[in-house]
Amino acid sequence: MRYQFTQRVTLPAAAACIMAAAPAGAQDLQSVRREIQEMRQLYDSRLAQMKADYETRIKDMEQRLKSAEDATAVATDKAVAAQQTAAQAAQAGPADAAIGTSKNSDNAFNPAISAVLDGKFGVFSTNPNTYKIPGFMLGDETSPGKRGIALGESEIGLSANVDQALYGNVTLSFSSENTVSVEEAFLQTTALPYGLKVKAGRFFSDIGYLNNQHAHTWDFADTALPYRAMLNTQYDDDGVQLKWVAPTTTFVEIGSEVFRGDAFPAAGAKNAGLGSYTAFTHVGGDINDSSSYRTGLSWLHTEARNRVNGPDTFTGRDNLFILDGVYKWAPDGNPVERNLKLQGEFFYRREAGDLNGMTFGGDHQLGWYAQAVYQFMPDWRVGVRYDGVSASQLNSSFAGTVLDSRGTTPQRESIMADYSTSEFGRFRIQYNHDESRPKTDHQALLQYTISLGAHGAHSY
Amino acid sequence: MKLAKLALLSLCLVAAGQMTPAEAALSVFACEPEWGALATELGGNKVDVYVATTAKQDPHQIQARPSLIARVRSADLVACTGAELEVGWMPVVFRQSGNAKVQPGGPGYFAAADYVRLLEVPNRLDRADGDVHAAGNPHIQTSPKNIRLVAVALGKKLATLDPPNAAFYAERQKAFLQKWDEASAKRDAKAASLKGVNIVAQHRFWIYMMDWLGMKEGLTIEPKPGVPPGSAHIAELIESIPKQGAKMILFTSYEDARAADTIGERTKIPAVMLPATVGGSAAATDLIALYDDIVNRLLAGLGGHAGARS
Repeated sequence: MRYQFTQRVTLPAAAACIMAAAPAGAQDLQSVRREIQEMRQLYDSRLAQMKADYETRIKDMEQRLKSAEDATAVATDKAVAAQQTAAQAAQAGPADAAIGTSKNSDNAFNPAISAVLDGKFGVFSTNPNTYKIPGFMLGDETSPGKRGIALGESEIGLSANVDQALYGNVTLSFSSENTVSVEEAFLQTTALPYGLKVKAGRFFSDIGYLNNQHAHTWDFADTALPYRAMLNTQYDDDGVQLKWVAPTTTFVEIGSEVFRGDAFPAAGAKNAGLGSYTAFTHVGGDINDSSSYRTGLSWLHTEARNRVNGPDTFTGRDNLFILDGVYKWAPDGNPVERNLKLQGEFFYRREAGDLNGMTFGGDHQLGWYAQAVYQFMPDWRVGVRYDGVSASQLNSSFAGTVLDSRGTTPQRESIMADYSTSEFGRFRIQYNHDESRPKTDHQALLQYTISLGAHGAHSY
Repeated sequence: MKLAKLALLSLCLVAAGQMTPAEAALSVFACEPEWGALATELGGNKVDVYVATTAKQDPHQIQARPSLIARVRSADLVACTGAELEVGWMPVVFRQSGNAKVQPGGPGYFAAADYVRLLEVPNRLDRADGDVHAAGNPHIQTSPKNIRLVAVALGKKLATLDPPNAAFYAERQKAFLQKWDEASAKRDAKAASLKGVNIVAQHRFWIYMMDWLGMKEGLTIEPKPGVPPGSAHIAELIESIPKQGAKMILFTSYEDARAADTIGERTKIPAVMLPATVGGSAAATDLIALYDDIVNRLLAGLGGHAGARS
C-alpha cells in the first residue's frame, strides 16, 4: 500500500522537476517537449497499468473479505456448537467443564424415566376366564389373556443413582382394568467392597432365569407354565437381598433373600413378616467368541396362611427348587444379523400342609420348559417353546379340589414370530397349542411392545 | 440343612473357578480392542488386559454376558469409549459386578471420549432419527489423532492407579508417542492423495477418519443411524452415487457386506472393508498396523480395488 502511494506522488513530481530544470534554448525546447511527451506517455501508460493493477487488487481483496466473512460465520457456528458441548459436558458432570452458572439445575438430576406399553389381541378357543391347571393352586395373575383387543400391562419406571452409595428404582404397573400396582421399588448398594451387594424394598426374586425379567423382555407373549402354575408368573415380594460375585474369571454369583411372605405362593406374611427365603447361585461364562452360557440353581421356601384359590383355602409350606440354563450363540459373537438363544428350566416343588382342613404330607410337583429363539435376519425372530407341569395324585379325599390333578399332565406347545422396528418397538404373533386344561385350547396372540424414554440395558 | 447344602455347593463352585492372575499390577478391563491394545502399549507387563469385545462385534449391541460381569468384578481399571457407545450393556455389567471403584465416576473408570473433541453432537434428540448418541458420534477410534490424545490421558490414569510404577508408565508412554508420531508422519504423507475423496459409508462410522484424511462422506447406506436400508433406499443410492462422484463404499469388519456389495456392483465402485479396530483385519495386529492398513485399503479402493475381506 505504502509503496504504491509513494509511486503515485513521485511520478508527477519527477515530471515537474525535469520541467523546472530544463534549459531555455529552442532546440533544447524541442527536445524538452519531446521529453515531456515521452514522460507523459510513460506517465499515462504507468497510470493505466496501475489502474488495472488496482482493480485486480481490489477484486482480490473483496474475495478475501468474503472468505473471511464466511470463516467468521463458520467460527460462530463452531463457537455455538462448542458452547452447546460445554453445556452438555457441564450437565454430564465433569467438574472442570462446569463454569459457574446460577441456573436452577434441579431438573438435571431427574431420574431416568421409561414407559413400556403393551397391547394384545387374543383368540382363545376355550374361555380364558375359567382358566385352571388341574393339580395346582393358582395365584391371581395366571389368566392366559383376554379375548379380543386389550391393553396389556403398562409400566412406568424411574431409576437413578441416589448418591455415591445407593441406586434406586421404582416400576409401577398399570393394568388394563385401571389398577396400579408397585411392581418393583428398591434400593441397591453400589459401593460395598468385596463384590457384595444389598438390595432392599420390593423386587423380583433372582431365583431361576426368568423370574426377575420384566414381561416386556420375554421372548414369548406369555410366561412358561411352571412360572404360571407355581409362582403366579413371577415371585415378587417385599424383601432384602444379599448377593456376592466371586473374584474369579468364571462368573460365580451367590445370593440369598428374605421376603415378607405376602406374595403367592406365600401368603399371610408368616413368621412375623419374614415368611419366605431363598438361596441361589448362578455360574456362567464364555465358551468361545461366538457363544456363552449361564446356569443356576435356586431354592425358594414359602409359607402360606389361608391362601385362597376359588373355594379352596391352603395353609402350609412350599419348597421349590429350580435348575436353569441359558445358552446364546451368534456368529463371531455379533448378534446383529443372526443369533440363537436356547433356554430351559426345571422346577421341583414339595407342598405340604392343610387344604380346607384336610392335611397332606408331600405333594410332588414338577414343571419344565425348553425354548429356542432364532433371529434369522436383522429385526426378525422365530421361536418355539414346549412347557408343562405335573402334580402327584393325592388321595381321593382331595378329588374335586384345586389339588386334584385328574391324572393329567398339563402341557403346551408354542410358536412365535416377531418383528422389531428398532430395539424400542416390537410386534409379535404367537400360537399356543395349550393342553394345560383337559380340553385343548387353541390360542392366537398378536402383541405389540414399545418403550419410550430411557431404556435401560437388558441383563443377560 | 438344605441351605447348608446349597452353600457348600456354591463354595465348591467358587473353588472350581479359576482365580484371576495376580502377577500384573493392574487388571484392566477394556470395552473395545483399541483400548485394550493401547493399555498393553502403555502398561506392558504391568497390566493384565481383558478385552470384552472383538472387531467382529458391533459395540452398540453386546450382551451383558456373565463373563463380563466376572471380569469387571476384579478389574482395577475399566477403559471404555464412553459417549453412550456401551449404554446397552455396560450399565448392567457395572451394577451386577459389585465393584465400586470402577463404576463411572469412580477412580477406576476411564472413558476415552472424554479426552477428544466429539463430532456430530446432535442439535435435536429424537429416536425417530435412529440410534443417535446425545454426546456425539462415539466412533472416535477411526482417527489416529484421537488415539494420541487418549494415550496421553490413559498413561496418566495408569500412573495414578499404580503410583509405584508411575515412572515405568511415563517411560513407555514417551516411547509410544515417539513411535506413534513417526508412524503417523509417514502414513499421512502416503495418504495425501486421499484428500477430498468422496465416499459412501454403511454407518456414520468413519467421520473421525474423514476429518483426519480430509475425505468427504456424501451418502450413507443406513437411511438413519442403526436402521437397516430398505430396497427403495438402496435403489435411490444406486442412482445418486454416480452424481456425487463417490469413489468407494466403506463398511466395517463387523458389518454385513451384502448391501455394500450390491450397491458397489451396480455403481461400479469398490466396496471396501475397513477394520473397525485392532483385529478387524489380518494386517491390523496392533494400533499402528491398524491405521496403516486402513490407509492401504483406502488407497487400493481409490485405485478401484475392493481388497481383502479379512
